[in-house]
Amino acid sequence: MTMLRRLSDERGTPSRDAGPTLVSPASPGTAITARNLSKAYATNAGEPIQALTQVNFDVAVGEFVSIVGPSGCGKTTVLRILAGLVGGYSGSVSVGGQVVHGPTPEIGVVFQDANLMPWRTVLANVTLPGQVLRLDPKACKERARQLLALVGLAGFEMKLPGELSGGMRQRAAIARALLHDPRILLLDEPFGALDAMTRDNMNVELARIAAQAGKTVFLITHSIAESVFLSDRVLVMSSRPGRIIEEIAIDLPRPRSLDIVADPQFASTVLHIRRLLEDTGGSPRVTLAH
Amino acid sequence: MSTTHITDADPLPSKPWLTKAQRQLVSDFVATAALFVTVIAAWQAFVSAGIVSRHVLPLPSSIPNSLFGLIDSGELFINLLTTLSEAAAGFAIAACVGLVLGGLIAEFRIVERIVYPYLIALQTMPKIALAPVLLVWFGFGLGSKIAVAAVISLFPVLVNTVAGLKSCDQGRLDVLRALGAGRWDCFRLVRLPNALPFVFAGLSTAVMFALTGALVGEFVGSTQGLGYLIVQANNLMDIPRVFAVLTVLCVVGTAIFSAMQFARRKVLYWAPNEE
Repeated sequence: MTMLRRLSDERGTPSRDAGPTLVSPASPGTAITARNLSKAYATNAGEPIQALTQVNFDVAVGEFVSIVGPSGCGKTTVLRILAGLVGGYSGSVSVGGQVVHGPTPEIGVVFQDANLMPWRTVLANVTLPGQVLRLDPKACKERARQLLALVGLAGFEMKLPGELSGGMRQRAAIARALLHDPRILLLDEPFGALDAMTRDNMNVELARIAAQAGKTVFLITHSIAESVFLSDRVLVMSSRPGRIIEEIAIDLPRPRSLDIVADPQFASTVLHIRRLLEDTGGSPRVTLAH
Repeated sequence: MSTTHITDADPLPSKPWLTKAQRQLVSDFVATAALFVTVIAAWQAFVSAGIVSRHVLPLPSSIPNSLFGLIDSGELFINLLTTLSEAAAGFAIAACVGLVLGGLIAEFRIVERIVYPYLIALQTMPKIALAPVLLVWFGFGLGSKIAVAAVISLFPVLVNTVAGLKSCDQGRLDVLRALGAGRWDCFRLVRLPNALPFVFAGLSTAVMFALTGALVGEFVGSTQGLGYLIVQANNLMDIPRVFAVLTVLCVVGTAIFSAMQFARRKVLYWAPNEE
């Protein structure tokens, strides 16, 4: 029941620019901490590949932080370490004040592919985490309906994933990640597979959902414009071995619309990050700036 | 601003009697039926002209007579029932063993390492060759026929189950793993449903193999069943009777195939097309 109450509280909050007070009912502080994070992958050739070296960053509770970097720079590895899906790293990572030893229900993950189960209806896909975490099925169903409405999929509860468009599937995946009311949402290039126009619209939606749900959001992307559009802070990552080369606070007012691409501050920030990435030898892409 | 309205109210010149798809279906049916009639007519002509001996090919017109004789005497019913029960029992055993063993092989590396070499050795062997031995082991009655049917139809189920369980998409598993799901949850919520299209393909093959197995078992030695009827009629050179039984088998096979297709559409509602 607390789960449901919290959701309705969140739905009542208009947007996140009203200040930090509405951000989360949890105690203020740090949601994610990474210290001296390094990770090497073993290869068949014998020589291990250094994916990350000395990655340090913090994410405050309620903050929207993106990591932007060239393909293959290790940003997905950062996310998978935070999600408890990858081990064998050095350094320390904590989520919600707890050292990461494996997956935790504090976190909801949205992957690059929606990864919906094609044999389950949209509603049953969204309630899936409830089955794994042994939550009350009835409350889960109710909450899933509310979340589907939040992501704009009301009326599609009984459809199968095969009947949805790519953008709708990704919306369902976001709803699923929110079901067990995690305090932190990890997004791994969630819109990477979508066309540019759908992607822009999904970004607007994501900003709205993140604000309404009042979550700490950590986004991985290779689109500079996307990271600037969505984030409070952007961490720029170098090409492999990945490390954070600069942290950029984005103080553009919220809520932001797609027209923000015309804003000089937006444009200069995008350009600045682009220069940084060009210097590291990456090949960044800009999708929002057209 | 000028806009052009295209509405679905635009009337077609005239409403056709049948849709395009329906017309296609009707013309396909007519063509198939025409081919059937032509072949039977040619067959009848060749045999009655004496070009082919009646001891090799019966007159098509003599087959229905034979068939009605089999039905009238009650022979058809009792023998059909025997063969079908053998095939069904063999199939049921193969399906259960194949699913459980396939699940164990796919889930536990240790089982795979120990059992798989034997399975591959057995799979490459033509299992029909086991029929005489199985007759010795399981006797002259239903047992040996069920055994042959089970042995032959086990492999399609087993191999497809293993393939299906192993082909599981890592992304879907990651969704569960990120929630801290255990092995059993991963199996029941993702791996197993994900494997169902493969399992079904295996079952569809297996059900036909089971029928073949039951017949082969009856050929080797039996006193009942459609296989027995064929061997007996063959020995008496009653070729129309052989063809009457073959006709029955053809109808039974088609019925089983259609039933499997129907079940597939019901069970695999999310994957309507064949693999």
